[in-house]
Amino acid sequence: MTDASRDWGTHPPFIAPSYRSSVLRGPTKPLVTIPRRLSVRTGPVYGHEAVGALDNDLTKNAVRNGAPLGERIVVTGRVLDENEKPLPNMLVEIWQCNAAGRYVHTSDQHDAPLDPNFLGAGRCVSDPDGNYRFYTLKPAAYPWGNHDNAWRPAHIHFSLFGPSLATRLVTQMYFPGDPLLGLDPIFMTVPETSRDRLVCEFSLDVTEPEFALGYVFDIVLRGDEATPLEG
Amino acid sequence: MARGQTPSQTLGPFFAYGLTPEQYGYPLASIAGPELAGDDASGERIRIEGRVLDGNDEPVNDAMIEIWHADDQGRYPDAADPRRANTAFNGFGRTGTGTDPAHRYWFHTVKPGTPDDNQAPHVNVVVFMRGLPTHVYTRMYFSDEIQANAHDPVLTLVPEARRTTLIGQRTEQAGHITYRFDIHMQGDRETVFFDF
Repeated sequence: MTDASRDWGTHPPFIAPSYRSSVLRGPTKPLVTIPRRLSVRTGPVYGHEAVGALDNDLTKNAVRNGAPLGERIVVTGRVLDENEKPLPNMLVEIWQCNAAGRYVHTSDQHDAPLDPNFLGAGRCVSDPDGNYRFYTLKPAAYPWGNHDNAWRPAHIHFSLFGPSLATRLVTQMYFPGDPLLGLDPIFMTVPETSRDRLVCEFSLDVTEPEFALGYVFDIVLRGDEATPLEG
Repeated sequence: MARGQTPSQTLGPFFAYGLTPEQYGYPLASIAGPELAGDDASGERIRIEGRVLDGNDEPVNDAMIEIWHADDQGRYPDAADPRRANTAFNGFGRTGTGTDPAHRYWFHTVKPGTPDDNQAPHVNVVVFMRGLPTHVYTRMYFSDEIQANAHDPVLTLVPEARRTTLIGQRTEQAGHITYRFDIHMQGDRETVFFDF
């Protein structure tokens, strides 16, 4: 068993000067370590009732007058803890830009087309073996203002609660072989030894013939504490 | 066999249509919002509001705040708490700072109780935003719980000079109770953030 704390050798630091907006937003004082009591060993519970029938298919959940444009993909994987215990009934929320690199969000001013048939948000709940599955479009790279000629590599945002408030995770999934990864200050905030955990794997087994390429992305959350404190 | 944790990444600036869609007017149902307690929930009705301030004391307009707290009897609405909470109370709220002109966040809920006599009532607060590669956890305690706060096993782990950053300040106007809780990411008043 691990001790189930947040592994600070794995997660990015709060302030990484090459990621400019972190400089004024990350805390500067040390975190105060406290016991993991009931207050954070519990957490919000969202099961299948929270998810609509098309919520895991971003190619269909916002259709107005036709299919959205882009390369259809399957993104699947397991939600598990660091002791490799599969985590069933876990809500997985995702959001992303469209196949042209544009977000629906009103503050995204990138000069790339919106797609009237694509919102870019989805969610699903992991099955009894911890598996989740989305159908979506492959997101594109897009420019941002961090530095001259800065481009974000294609990515999909993920949000999970896990079994408790302590296991909360928000992250981004990237695609294999992307030449922008090594140039991206956000990806590079992650310690080198754990960066590859954010890159999905292409899988021919997951690929659906005549339909969509398949990618596998497992998500590993903090484990249960071996000897929880009461109260 | 252990497997390494998946690293955190920033929420980024464009989360709203996925995580807080109803608040921002996007065509998707929200799983959670700023209202935690239904009409039938027991307890004192309160509003929690505040801002997130960066190192220049500028309010952050693209943060997302989540809260999680016990019901008025100190029970958490999760199977991990065998006592369970009343069903009109879901314990969890989520909101963004991008729709209020002053970039405030707010929640309507009930004042929590405490699971035992040792702990002071508190609200867990989780902060996400563009520019923050890994989310932070803090807690809001209540300014009218001076006795309980003095003995709380978590508050007493915090250096005394910094404890005020964790206290929501109570005001009452026309019968409405508000706790003001600003989150300072940096500076002299930097909020205490926790690891556990």
